[in-house]
Amino acid sequence: MTDPRFAGLEDTSSRLESAGYLPDRAITTVTFLADRLGKPVLVEGPAGVGKTELAKAIASARGAQLVRLQCYEGLDEAKALYEWNYKKQLLRIQADSDRAWEDTKDDIFGPEYLLTRPLLQAITDDIETVLLIDEVDKVDFEFEALLLEILSDFQVTVPEMGTVAAVRRPFVVLTSNNTRELSEALKRRCLYLHMDYPDIEREKAIVRSRVPEVPEQLADQLVRIVRSLRNLELRKAPSISETLDWARTLLELGYSGVDEGVAQTTLSVLLKHQSDIDKALAHLEMAADPGSN
Amino acid sequence: MAAPADTRLSGLQRRVLDLAHALREANVPVAVSDGLDAMRASALIDLLDRGQLREALAATMVKSPSHRATFDLLFDLYFPARGTQPLPGEAGDEAERPAEYDGDTHHQEARDIDQFLAELVMRVMEGDDAAIRRLAMEAVESFGAVRQRDGRVSFFAYRVFRNFNLGGLLRRLMTESGMDGDAEDAASALTRRLQRDEFEQRLRRFREEIESEIRRRQVEQQGADEIAKRMARPLPEDLDFFRISAEESESMRRQIRPLARKLATRVAVKRRRARDGRLDVRRTIRHSLSTGGVPADPAFKARKHHRPELVLICDVSGSVAAFARFTLMLTHALQGQFSKVRSFAFIDTVDEVTRLFSGGDFSDAIKRLHTDANVVWLDGHSDYGHAFTAFHARYADAITPKTTLLILGDGRNNYRASNAWVLKDLKRRARRVYWLNPEPIQHWGTGDSIADEYARFTDGMIECRNLRQLAEFVERVV
Repeated sequence: MTDPRFAGLEDTSSRLESAGYLPDRAITTVTFLADRLGKPVLVEGPAGVGKTELAKAIASARGAQLVRLQCYEGLDEAKALYEWNYKKQLLRIQADSDRAWEDTKDDIFGPEYLLTRPLLQAITDDIETVLLIDEVDKVDFEFEALLLEILSDFQVTVPEMGTVAAVRRPFVVLTSNNTRELSEALKRRCLYLHMDYPDIEREKAIVRSRVPEVPEQLADQLVRIVRSLRNLELRKAPSISETLDWARTLLELGYSGVDEGVAQTTLSVLLKHQSDIDKALAHLEMAADPGSN
Repeated sequence: MAAPADTRLSGLQRRVLDLAHALREANVPVAVSDGLDAMRASALIDLLDRGQLREALAATMVKSPSHRATFDLLFDLYFPARGTQPLPGEAGDEAERPAEYDGDTHHQEARDIDQFLAELVMRVMEGDDAAIRRLAMEAVESFGAVRQRDGRVSFFAYRVFRNFNLGGLLRRLMTESGMDGDAEDAASALTRRLQRDEFEQRLRRFREEIESEIRRRQVEQQGADEIAKRMARPLPEDLDFFRISAEESESMRRQIRPLARKLATRVAVKRRRARDGRLDVRRTIRHSLSTGGVPADPAFKARKHHRPELVLICDVSGSVAAFARFTLMLTHALQGQFSKVRSFAFIDTVDEVTRLFSGGDFSDAIKRLHTDANVVWLDGHSDYGHAFTAFHARYADAITPKTTLLILGDGRNNYRASNAWVLKDLKRRARRVYWLNPEPIQHWGTGDSIADEYARFTDGMIECRNLRQLAEFVERVV
């Protein structure tokens, strides 16, 4: 692709579509604005609505490499940013035991002994990059503060080497499952996109594009049932990926429509708690058979 | 509220600023930089597309899903779909305006209500969204007008809904689409359920269209700032338990689980940080391997935490029922954080309700609270005194030195005996006793409230009027 930047909204949405992602208006608008304003996008929403997929689609639409940082509790600078290669440094010191310390010191704190981790890599690589910081709500507060420097100035300070500024600004996508409130400072540096379950037409289009073998009528029935179930108070509402799994399951089993028996045997693909399944069957006016499971 | 007119700003920029002000008034935090971003964003997009403008402004100014509803409401006020004074962003929407509709005449020939409903039913069945929107406007025009004494015409939603109720419409839709009656086989029951969902959603949209149309007309008459002030509703976490509508209660209920998850994460973080400083030799040596045996990165042991046992005694009588329900849901959603949770409900006598909530299906538990539990003994008016003595007689052994006891209620005892000695005895047995009171502090001890008397036998009586205060308290206890 010659120009990775998005030309306009239509361009954004058509390129995301050809990357296999069907965006709605909010997603298209925010993606386009993030590109133009040079700001990171913070995507929040329930699990399984396509937050991570969006980052992958943007990377593929821009012909960029995707650098992914999966966050977890206890993630620290050494694993996210950079780390000095102690072993190599030690070897070097031992090998040069007759050299003056001053010379060695300048040597061992050079790029050769630096292990770059995703964040530093995203900044220093001289190719178009999409940086995905996945599940940012999992990290500790200190790490969030560390992210601030990167997200606003696109630079990293390594005490021994000085400040490393971005060669090329990466397109940054952060995702959050909202398990805790992110700091105001972080949110202020980002464009905010709340992703919810898609509306019925869009979900149908997603099913049809991901599982093209599904007949129109079945897809329609599927997404309407899923929508109806999402209105219930379930412990875990069905996600898009679970809708797709359900579609594939029905297809595999050769069903062309959903009725009581089909629902009772396959609803476990969609819902992961027994209490949810019972509730769903009752809601769909199919009395759960207490004997079966 | 409106920013002073600054000639250096364009009309659009001023509108964006006004919107930012209104959002702040409604307690949605919008930083100065957010407002600037919003202006920069609005310069980049196609202003003729109102949906695009809405998303662009939302992306820059709204940073939390619970603020989005407020934003949408205010956006509609400051960037109405069609206005008598078109704004830079509005011209494109003129096309959406139906040709036969003339916004300035209130003398349009009003259609017969039956005729109107017949068309509405037909359009809803077809799922024609544009037609539904047009009908919503017509409904406001024909049925929502009230002529004020000064001769001006105002529009009110209740006037519109006086003419037909949406529940009746839903039944009619079901009948006319052949979806009523007793279905023999399950497949048609399923179809019926799906069809019903579909109709419900369209009728909901019809109602929203009517409400937004009425707001638009009010804005035309009185200006956006005025309406914004009047419309301001507190955010879900600030809603007073005493004054919530059914709809708000629903939206609050959906917040319970995320809130519980957030609290659990916060508590876990706190616990992880509270190290007691003892060196963990095994892990330190393991870490030192990567630095050639030098223990440069010592590891410390975490302290073992005791998880409190929780016993709740909740007043579930009418006045404080909403508060009790939320507290019950929240504490049971947090079950994992406590070694044990037991809950009791009372009105004038007490019964254990732990089993209702332990299944995890809260809405069902709430429904069964009044049918499956024996909480009424005499007349169904709160009687703290009797409920306490009954608790003492039957469940006193639930309180152990490990227990944190929470009592929920307003302490309005209908002038009956307080039996505060029970509380005194329970306090002796329990580790801690807290009382959560959903009434404002200044009302405690007034009228038939004996909150003051009970407060003496607790470790603290805490005012708890909204989800935010409730969450703060729960975090402290955990």
